[in-house]
Amino acid sequence: MSIFEFFQALLQYEFLQKALFTSVVVGIICGIVGCFIILRGMALMGDAISHAVLPGVAISYMLGINFFFGAVLTGVLTAIGIGYVSQNSRIKHDMAIGIMFTSMFAVGIVIITMMKSSADLYHILFGNVLAVRMSDMWITLGIGLLVIGLVVLFYKELLVSTFDPTMAQSYGLPNKWIHYALMAVLTMVTVASLQTVGIVLVVAMLITPAATAYLLTNRLSVMIYLSAIIGVISSVFGLYFSFTYNLASGATIVLVSAFLFALAFFFSPSQGLVWKAHKSRKNRLELMEK
Amino acid sequence: MENNGNSIAIRVDDLSFHYGDKNVLQHVTMEIKKGSFLGLVGPNGSGKSTLIKCILGLQKPQQGQVYLFGEKVNKFNDWDKIGYVSQKANSFNTAFPATAFEVVSMGLFGKVGLFRFLKPSDKKKVWDALKSVNMDKSAHQNIGELSGGQQQRIFIARALVSDPELLILDEPTVGVDTESTESFYKMLKDLHHDNNMTLVLVTHDVGVMTSYVTDVACLNKQVHFHGNTKEFEESSSDKMSAFYGHHVHVLHHDHEQK
Ligand SMILES: Nc1ncnc2c1ncn2[C@@H]1O[C@H](COP(=O)(O)OP(=O)(O)OP(=O)(O)O)[C@@H](O)[C@H]1O
Ligand SMILES: [Mg+2]
Repeated sequence: MSIFEFFQALLQYEFLQKALFTSVVVGIICGIVGCFIILRGMALMGDAISHAVLPGVAISYMLGINFFFGAVLTGVLTAIGIGYVSQNSRIKHDMAIGIMFTSMFAVGIVIITMMKSSADLYHILFGNVLAVRMSDMWITLGIGLLVIGLVVLFYKELLVSTFDPTMAQSYGLPNKWIHYALMAVLTMVTVASLQTVGIVLVVAMLITPAATAYLLTNRLSVMIYLSAIIGVISSVFGLYFSFTYNLASGATIVLVSAFLFALAFFFSPSQGLVWKAHKSRKNRLELMEK
Repeated sequence: MENNGNSIAIRVDDLSFHYGDKNVLQHVTMEIKKGSFLGLVGPNGSGKSTLIKCILGLQKPQQGQVYLFGEKVNKFNDWDKIGYVSQKANSFNTAFPATAFEVVSMGLFGKVGLFRFLKPSDKKKVWDALKSVNMDKSAHQNIGELSGGQQQRIFIARALVSDPELLILDEPTVGVDTESTESFYKMLKDLHHDNNMTLVLVTHDVGVMTSYVTDVACLNKQVHFHGNTKEFEESSSDKMSAFYGHHVHVLHHDHEQK
């Protein structure tokens, strides 16, 4: 199917429009939040929290409430649990993360397999953007607006506490609360992305576009915009491939973002390996001529 | 002499601090007057940085109280009155995508409030701070690409940019070359004179420091000496030797006669 036919289908099918809209929102918020996640060195934490959402989602299903509430609850509880274990024992932070999130994930799998068909599990884990319902779309949009609003409002606080926590503390900024607020935002982003990329691969959308942007600029503000744009490009093209070849949307979106990362990695003007090699070759040649 | 609380910038009242079972500070009591320039000296591990952290509320002492401008430190809110350069300022996130200019402007965030954008007058302040540490030419370089000493100057500029009433510097000139160190001390002295800023400077540079500061405090778990520079110089030779455990020369520099 050509891109043109994809556009035609887009005009025709409402489910595809909803899928596209949701993907764009997810691309934007994952891109934005991802910047702070990677700059704070919390890639692993991002992975953990997104997985730890699973039991919350499962329990919400069981109780018939919106999975947003359950997800935020278990996500934040896990973040607190990780902090508690690593502060009150000789267990290091990364060990605590590994233990807590795999346990939570396992609990989620047990609950889901006990209560329902495994088709649901498959969709929660790997995403099924073509089945986005109206209510999911509104939740995603609501979360998207909330996340953007929070980042705009607390940009300075996030910037300072990410760059230099000691200084942030000496300014009277509550680092701990900023950390937990970010964890709460992370769980919300995971929930918003549940249908698009699925729990297993959310972390890729948080890290890869942000890392790509990081290779392309020296300024945080630029990095955030770039990361959001790269996130959107990934999710739109990912949706196209998913629709055309009937593949899990999570996988195709992540593959597109990985491809963009590879491009930046090799060809970025300042950091790209190709230019670096070219420059050092040129320098050597110039030296030899002299 | 009652009600002279207004003339005191920092009051430390019978403060004791320990990490686990290791005593670091014992019954420290001192008052730092507004408008003074205090040099705080003591051997490695004597608790200088810990005292500074307690003063700033970054560590909670097990006993005693700290008052900043007459307010208990845990109630104190005017943090932009205070500039602080920590001892290991370059333990920050070196891979962070920020220019030197942006790092310095972070020092203004306390004042700018919730609004994100810096006004032109704020930008001018950032430029002035960069110039005062001689780093205006590197303003648009990435902070991670500067040398250790240059980064240190940027952090000093960040502490200066908000025009603090009290500036606390924990070994700010480590990694800064001798020439820059001296011009840095001169700059501190000017700030102290012209803006009537209160300064606390932690340093091992006992010799050079005494020609710039107004007061000296010697700390080693306890306060062993606290007085003005003249008293310090009169008592210093034998006292400092006993204090440091070896002989210390207090050099007299004549930087001012030019
Ligand atoms: N986070 C910590 N945990 C445990 N002990 C600590 C910690 N920080 C400092 N100490 C101990 O407290 C004592 C005082 O340390 P501090 O950093 O205040 O000394 P200092 O006077 O600033 O030394 P220096 O001149 O080397 O900077 C030292 O013996 C140190 O080992
Ligand atoms: Mg120290």
